[in-house]
Amino acid sequence: MTARSSYLPEGLPIPVPEADGLSAPHWAGLRQNTLRIQCCKKCSTWQWGPEWICHACHSFEIDWKTVEPSGTIYSWTRVWHPTHTVLNDRGPYIVVVVELPHAGSVRVIGNLLGDAQQPVTIGAKVVGVFEQHDGTEPAYALLHWKVAD
Amino acid sequence: MGERTLRGKTAIAGVGETKYYKHGKSPDPEFKLALMAILSACEDAGINPRDIDGFSSYSNDRNEPPRLAAAFGCRELRFSNMQWGGGGGGGAAAIANAAAAVATGMADCVVAYRSLAQGQFARFGRSAGAKTVTGEMSLSVPYGAMTPAQRYSMKAMRFMHEHGIKQEALRAIALASYHHAQKNPGAVMHGRPLDEAKYDASRWIAEPHHLYDCCQENDGAAAVIVVSAERAKDMRQKPAFLLGAAAGGPYRAAAAAANTPDFGSSHFTTVAPHLYDMAKVTPKDVDVVQCYENFTGGVLMSLVEHGLFKAEEANDVLKLPNLTAETGKLPLNTSGGNLAECYMHGLELHTEAVRQLRGTSFNQVKDAEVALVVAGPMVTPVSTSIYGSEAALG
Repeated sequence: MTARSSYLPEGLPIPVPEADGLSAPHWAGLRQNTLRIQCCKKCSTWQWGPEWICHACHSFEIDWKTVEPSGTIYSWTRVWHPTHTVLNDRGPYIVVVVELPHAGSVRVIGNLLGDAQQPVTIGAKVVGVFEQHDGTEPAYALLHWKVAD
Repeated sequence: MGERTLRGKTAIAGVGETKYYKHGKSPDPEFKLALMAILSACEDAGINPRDIDGFSSYSNDRNEPPRLAAAFGCRELRFSNMQWGGGGGGGAAAIANAAAAVATGMADCVVAYRSLAQGQFARFGRSAGAKTVTGEMSLSVPYGAMTPAQRYSMKAMRFMHEHGIKQEALRAIALASYHHAQKNPGAVMHGRPLDEAKYDASRWIAEPHHLYDCCQENDGAAAVIVVSAERAKDMRQKPAFLLGAAAGGPYRAAAAAANTPDFGSSHFTTVAPHLYDMAKVTPKDVDVVQCYENFTGGVLMSLVEHGLFKAEEANDVLKLPNLTAETGKLPLNTSGGNLAECYMHGLELHTEAVRQLRGTSFNQVKDAEVALVVAGPMVTPVSTSIYGSEAALG
């Protein structure tokens, strides 16, 4: 599913690939509502964040595999103090670290949708929610999470 | 080759500081602050600033050694060093690098320094306002995890979850710093005491960190003079001998987007054992601890990973009476530290350790012979050091 509006206000820095294009497949994947994570073609080790080399076998042949966006909350924080102008009137929001069992338990950072004051439980199952930002220049997408039913 | 060690080879022979200010309040520019702190350290040590032949810093300090050497008219420059990466985690490493240069004959008199005027330049605690973000930061900033408080709180949260550690443990760390600052007239928070009720009522910054769990942002400068141990013994001040130092981080500590394998960590699990090995002391020998408070959760994990107590003991050990210079078995941040003296990026923790070993602290620990100084936790590389008196040197 796609969120109707953005969890955090527009105006935060827009994620773009590095000049060398390392993370470009990830950001392109999110625009297509898919989560793409690095996996070594040679030794099948999952790896995140992206790097040019596999940390396990030193192969440069690294695949970008589409991963089911579901996992468990590994850690979290509820942010209260705004540190960017566009967050001044946002109120608290929740950042989660999500562990992905379908990708070798690598972790991704996202937001936990729903009531910002909800209790958060480490180990809780969560499913991904893609958030498209069509109207920005450049357009981009983020991957958020909500507690699984 | 003999034993490879820095133990007992060098000492801090002088310390200097400017007045400490709230961020943006320094009347002097950052470079002038650096000059003032270094001159103060030279005066303390009783040396001519022209005899400095090396400079060492960290966190991309903007005040470069060549300019400093020219400004002071140093007779020659032999060592110009920057600890690469880790921000405030490099404080102990900057001094260790200075010591390594002196111990190996690359230089004779090296000053380790840090100068910050956050009013003149960007603040640490604010997003810089760029339109786009790339690299590691692109995996967290768009999700509102952009400042150290937001990113590192999740490490503390994980550690507290794994070990059942209560908020009161973090509170005690904050209370200790504020307690000690009340006797330190130079502390920015002198005259502004903190108690449990005030802490509990304070706003959250990013859970599990309240306002008082987070370091200040300040302007100022600090410097320490490193010379050989033999030379230090003949100088004006009682030397603080460097017993050991270590820096770095465990396996893939810097893996991006919270993929550090041991995520709920201050990153001292491999570093601290190297420190104790070199220093030839054990955690039980440590008389006083200065531990960098970027956030109190980082202090909690650093103390555990330095073997001062087990994680499961944290709720019992981390109580104010245990942490004060007067009564504590683990006197912590006896100048007020980053929270309540000054966020001099942790270099003020080293000047306080030196005062403890000289016996001149405002919160003197009786018979302090061994002082542990831990630089900024949770980054990579982190760094840590142990100083000792001549008695501790053995």
